Amino acid sequence: MTDTAFVEIRNAAKSFGSLQVLRDINLKVERGQIVAIIGPSGSGKSTLLRAINELDPLSSGEIWLEGVQINKKLPHRQYERHVNQVRQDIGMVFQHFNLFPHLTVRENITLAPKLLKGMSAGEANALAEQQLAKVGLMEKIDAYPSQLSGGQKQRVAIARALAMKPKVMLFDEATSALDPELVEEVNLVMKQLAEEHMTMIIVTHEMGFAESVCDRVLFMDGGVVVEEGPPEVIFRNPENERTRAFLRKHLQTNHNR
Amino acid sequence: MSLDFTVVPQFLDVILLGVLWTILITLGASVLSFFVGIFFAIIALYAPWFVRLPFRAFEWLFMGTPLLLQLFLIYFGLIQVGIDLPAFVAGVIGLGLHYAVYNSELIQASILAVDRGQTEAARTLGLSRMQTLRYVVVPQAVRDVIPPIGNNMIALLKDSALVSVIGVSELTLSAQQAIGRTFRPFEFYVTAAAFYYAINLIMEAVQRRIERRIALSR
Ligand SMILES: Nc1ncnc2c1ncn2[C@@H]1O[C@H](COP(=O)(O)OP(=O)(O)O)[C@@H](O)[C@H]1O
Ligand SMILES: [Mg+2]
Repeated sequence: MTDTAFVEIRNAAKSFGSLQVLRDINLKVERGQIVAIIGPSGSGKSTLLRAINELDPLSSGEIWLEGVQINKKLPHRQYERHVNQVRQDIGMVFQHFNLFPHLTVRENITLAPKLLKGMSAGEANALAEQQLAKVGLMEKIDAYPSQLSGGQKQRVAIARALAMKPKVMLFDEATSALDPELVEEVNLVMKQLAEEHMTMIIVTHEMGFAESVCDRVLFMDGGVVVEEGPPEVIFRNPENERTRAFLRKHLQTNHNR
Repeated sequence: MSLDFTVVPQFLDVILLGVLWTILITLGASVLSFFVGIFFAIIALYAPWFVRLPFRAFEWLFMGTPLLLQLFLIYFGLIQVGIDLPAFVAGVIGLGLHYAVYNSELIQASILAVDRGQTEAARTLGLSRMQTLRYVVVPQAVRDVIPPIGNNMIALLKDSALVSVIGVSELTLSAQQAIGRTFRPFEFYVTAAAFYYAINLIMEAVQRRIERRIALSR
């Protein structure tokens, strides 16, 4: 077996047609580490995150999770089986929640464990209750997503992902679609996960949150990682001029809000 | 000759039997057209070309030719190749497949309109393509298409009168039988119309109920 970090991305490149969106990205995340990815819009942050679970497969390069190559080249059928398997280990939280509107909160959470882990209705129910208690939404277990606020929807989406007991959680701007007063409740859930040493890769525009929660910060621009390091260095004392310019501009716009 | 509706009650048993057959045909063909419609939609969207093309031809046959001809073909034509269906079964199959093709068009459009994020969320959890369709995409597509499918079912109710030509004593044919014995076409056609209208109202009520029940799940 190759010796790889818990999550490892090697020489990742991605093009959409003639548009190169990622180039030569390398990233190692150890178990329990929390990495933030920041950068201007269009810099390839979502694409990188979506590459990790094969939603947007890389054009070249490798992605590994705990010694298993996620983007293995395989014949069609085997590939399908392989991604369906590895995706169970990778939780993903989207900007727009993507809860299943035709299912209740309970059913949103139990659907995948029932189908994929062969859980009985009783086991899956207990799991749903446990996960909802964690995000503080037990009383909403029989509600439909349409009856929840944005913050509650995102917390259910996190509970749904956690119910699969993933090895790593990916967050793609989990709070940017939320009204400002609802951001904190979602941040709290993520902080709690951090305390439980969940491995996380977090794309975010919230520099304060990134600084307080993350072990390491990547600044991306134009499809490359321009600079990376511990949050106190990246946010307080970045070396690269582009990083500085981005942070300056970002802090300004945040003040203006 | 003046109108005389007092003859109607004497033939009420004939008429009610006709109502029963009309309801059975409509119900049977509706259920068939609903499930087969979903099946056709999935084939049209996801099957490889060598499956899709024959289905296209089949669709063309059902959309491009008269329903009456289709019923004749299924009831009389199939006997020649050794398939001798009872008239009721032939009627349900003919109406059901005919409307399945129309429902399929609706469901296809509705499947394509389901937000991509839904598929992505399901696949991210580890669901296969088929599981994603079965548990996430198709239920939402079907939910969104209930009002127009309801309209198709009401059209189907009216078209069920055509099944009289292959000898099923549904409502229209029962009325004709009563007329044959009384020579009172106006009274019995109006009676039949009233029953069609009543069934229509019931179907609309059921449809509204279903829509209310799924309102939350949007
Ligand atoms: N499916 C796609 N097809 C074509 N271009 C895409 C697609 N997804 C993203 N892009 C392009 O890739 C670039 C990076 O996008 P993205 O990863 O979403 O950036 P970010 O998340 O950092 O804002 C953008 O120029 C975007 O337009
Ligand atoms: Mg993005």
